[in-house]
Amino acid sequence: MPVMAPTIEDALAPIRDGVMLAVPREVAGVPMEATRALIRRGVRNLHLVALPTSSLQADLLIGAGCVAVLETSAVSLGEFGAAPRFTAAIMAAAIRMKDATCPALHAAFQAAEKGVPFMPLRGIIGSDILAHRPDWRVIDNPFGGNDPIVLLPALRPDVALIHAPMADRAGNVWIGRQRELATMAHASAKTVVTVEKIVDDDLLDDPVLAAGTLPGFYVDAIAVAENGCWPLGLPDRYGADFAHIGEYARMAATAEGFARYVDEYVHGRRAA
Amino acid sequence: MSMNMCTGGVRRDAMVNLDTAPIRDQELLADVITRVIGDVRHIAVGNASPIPATAALLARARGHGMPYVSLLQSRKHNFFTDGGRELFDCAGQGRVDVFFLSGGEIDGAGNINLVGIGDYEKPAVRFPGSFGSAHLYYVVPKVVLFRTEHSRRTLVPRVSFISAPGGSAPNVYRPGGPIALVTNRCLFAFDRERRRFRLDSVHPGHSVAEVAENTGFDYDCPQIVGTTPVPGHDTLRLLRQVVAPQLAEVYPQFAAAVFGVTGH
Repeated sequence: MPVMAPTIEDALAPIRDGVMLAVPREVAGVPMEATRALIRRGVRNLHLVALPTSSLQADLLIGAGCVAVLETSAVSLGEFGAAPRFTAAIMAAAIRMKDATCPALHAAFQAAEKGVPFMPLRGIIGSDILAHRPDWRVIDNPFGGNDPIVLLPALRPDVALIHAPMADRAGNVWIGRQRELATMAHASAKTVVTVEKIVDDDLLDDPVLAAGTLPGFYVDAIAVAENGCWPLGLPDRYGADFAHIGEYARMAATAEGFARYVDEYVHGRRAA
Repeated sequence: MSMNMCTGGVRRDAMVNLDTAPIRDQELLADVITRVIGDVRHIAVGNASPIPATAALLARARGHGMPYVSLLQSRKHNFFTDGGRELFDCAGQGRVDVFFLSGGEIDGAGNINLVGIGDYEKPAVRFPGSFGSAHLYYVVPKVVLFRTEHSRRTLVPRVSFISAPGGSAPNVYRPGGPIALVTNRCLFAFDRERRRFRLDSVHPGHSVAEVAENTGFDYDCPQIVGTTPVPGHDTLRLLRQVVAPQLAEVYPQFAAAVFGVTGH
């Protein structure tokens, strides 16, 4: 049964220096309060895998020096432009980048989810992404002839870190239609979840809710983080704080501005 | 669901006058893209693509609900229920007819670069990354390339990094690929056999000579190149009344800047 942690910091204990940490895409519920807590704790040398892309979360972790290896398909602030600390870190060769393409990451997580060593995927052949991924292979389709196809090795992260609208007292987590959160939990050795709230009813008792529920069986620790995606949004609950993301984009454009941002909003701020 | 929910309580702080406001470049480009797409069943739109999203929603508004439109970052205009992978699985099944891609660099063979310029390990310029291009470019039948900065910096003889190639060897599974490149200056059509662009039309206010001057790659240029038709009154009404409020959910800055629509 998952540990119902009294604080976010307690729930984050499995995320030690050097782990492979899986985090979700922007619209799936990004645990930003937990991310700030990790930065406050000073986590280092993460192998960060963003399924399949990231925005503010990866940029903050990279800027704060928490990331050694980044594996994802893109990092950007969307309408607010390039992710400044990601861009600076790559250009300075301060982190090792493992470029991917979105469905390749989904497939690699699905391989781990199924307990198989790899997953095939169409496309990719002729892309320079493949040229820089010695861990990806091309084979001839054994069921066809003269039909090359790419194989992605299974990705089995040490820890998945996700945020969801609610959990029950048994540690079942309601993820709704953000199904990749279940895939991440299935594929990862451990899963840490922050939630908006804990409910008294058993989520698996209601068939409507059960279909969108990640069973506590797959979850190691849960903590409450109200408004836990801020300044990003949580689907169907609250929208992104675009004014704040714009402020981040402006401040993080320089290393000094980023440092001020972290002082003010990461070290200065605590869970609401 | 009440009517108010459908528009999500949109405010018009700087209401665009439907009849007198001049045609904006973004409206022209969306109209061009909608025409290039043609008659299809499912248009999907990825990240950071406000003009393609406008075009897709325009196509749906014209078709009274068809084609299906999937805006990846939208809650409202997105029917997927199987997580982030469903778009790619759907495309792999052949159920996505249209997708849009761009590039920090695009070359004359339709190769796109979303990664960077210079040494991969320590690049001089870094772009966000390849997103889903290295799969979708191969499996979606009609990929429309778009780039609103038409310059020799962006349209280059040869990209520094191929995120996804414009064409593939005959034995590589490839039902999809580029059909056109839409820029702020013109529309290029793509010939898949020859892996080359042909100048199709030049937008009003731009010229064939200007396109040549600002394009870094070789392309075919017919003797006579027409001017891109401007969107008609009915199209502008749909864009400003129906599409603009829908856009505000995913692209609030774009909707505010182009259509004067804020909030969602």
